[in-house]
Amino acid sequence: MKLVVIAGTPGAGKTSVLMHTVKSLQRMEMKPAVVKIDCLWTEDDSRFQRLNVPVIVGLARDMCPDHYSIYNVDDMLSWAEEQDADVLLNETAGLCLRCAPYPDSCLAVCVIDVTTGPNAPLKVGPLLTTADVAVVTKGDMVSQAEREVFRERILETNPRCRIVEANGLSGKGAAELAEIIREGPEVKEDMVLRHNPPLAICTLCTGELRVSKEHHRGVLRHLDGFMEYTGE
Amino acid sequence: MTQAHQLTILGGLDKDGNPEEVERIEIFRGEIVGIVGPTGSGKSSFIGDIEQFAQGDTPSCRTILIDGEIPGSEMRSDPRRKLIAQLSQNMHFLADMTVEDFLKMHAKSRGKPSKVVARVIELANTLTGEPVHPEHHLTILSGGQSRALMTADIAVISDSPIVLIDEIENAGIKKKEALELLAGEGKIVVVVTHDPMLALMTSRRIVMKNGGVCKLIDTSTDERRVCEDLSRVDDWLMNLRETIRRGEVVEAAL
Repeated sequence: MKLVVIAGTPGAGKTSVLMHTVKSLQRMEMKPAVVKIDCLWTEDDSRFQRLNVPVIVGLARDMCPDHYSIYNVDDMLSWAEEQDADVLLNETAGLCLRCAPYPDSCLAVCVIDVTTGPNAPLKVGPLLTTADVAVVTKGDMVSQAEREVFRERILETNPRCRIVEANGLSGKGAAELAEIIREGPEVKEDMVLRHNPPLAICTLCTGELRVSKEHHRGVLRHLDGFMEYTGE
Repeated sequence: MTQAHQLTILGGLDKDGNPEEVERIEIFRGEIVGIVGPTGSGKSSFIGDIEQFAQGDTPSCRTILIDGEIPGSEMRSDPRRKLIAQLSQNMHFLADMTVEDFLKMHAKSRGKPSKVVARVIELANTLTGEPVHPEHHLTILSGGQSRALMTADIAVISDSPIVLIDEIENAGIKKKEALELLAGEGKIVVVVTHDPMLALMTSRRIVMKNGGVCKLIDTSTDERRVCEDLSRVDDWLMNLRETIRRGEVVEAAL
């Protein structure tokens, strides 16, 4: 079983790229299964069902969607085995950019939209810096020079990644991504994350609604960067 | 610069899934070929296929060969080895950077020294009315300034053996000078155009219909004469335009 984790900013085109990639994998006679993680609502499962591919949805609701996705990897893999799949495509919700939900023995794919500008790769953090593949979308909306500058910026933050230029509308790049997935690693026992998730156990995590600082306990960082633990 | 002597396009399918009427097109070094046809007939997709070295994996199912062979995947993606420079229809930059920073970064991505930046700006300013300055932000440039800068950037930084141009006439820049600048010496140039003069400046033109190539026309001697007439009319129009832009009054008729 192979595991592919597809992360990226909302609206970057993760689902569209993935749908074309599913079709390319099926043409290669691989058997993909899809887990779509979202926060509150999604109808992407019905889009995938039209491709005749097994799909389940996980809604994280009031848990961080990346934490939820990490915590449920084993269950997702067992489900994919039951579907007789040989590759599990896990599309994450992709929100705060601070988490990088990539285990070590997966193919980590970061989908990033070129229209977000050449500073975007610097803002994305571990989601991009620990990825194996950066999929750049919406390249048809900018000049070739801008695409090349964007690519250079990605390589500055992650010199080892492979870059795939994709288009969620035309399907460009899907065949290339499918080929990389086919050559990708098999999952192993006892996987570990490539990067630690944010430290953030505070009273807000457990439901505190009051805004003022005096009501908060836990590991807290002040505007000036000073970090402290308050509590028992 | 890596060389390319011959570009081959093997026909695919039109929008209805029927095979294209022209099965094979060969374009050689030093040649300028036009792409003409109604809007929506597939002209931009055609040069899109060339740009990404399609191998039957785009909606048209066309195949692109360079010097008779399938290009390697690193040629598809690495700008330092890229054989293709493309001027698309985009009229604006989205990157929030200064002209100078952007060009420096682009030069770096193509493996060029940063001293080429001044040359790009100088060339861009020969094509447009209001000059572009290095400290300008890209996002405030007008359509004409952006297009002039993209054109000069291709001529200097993306100096590649194959040049693809999509409707250079749509930006209020000097189209004939821009085409001559991009075509350079000994390149393969493919230009999508609705402009009669640009279409007749080419040696051949590919006619598109319903997503497929339906005809290939050699520019005749008569057409070349028409092109010379058009060029005179165009010079006259350009002079009038400049006169009006300078706020002067137009005097003589043709």
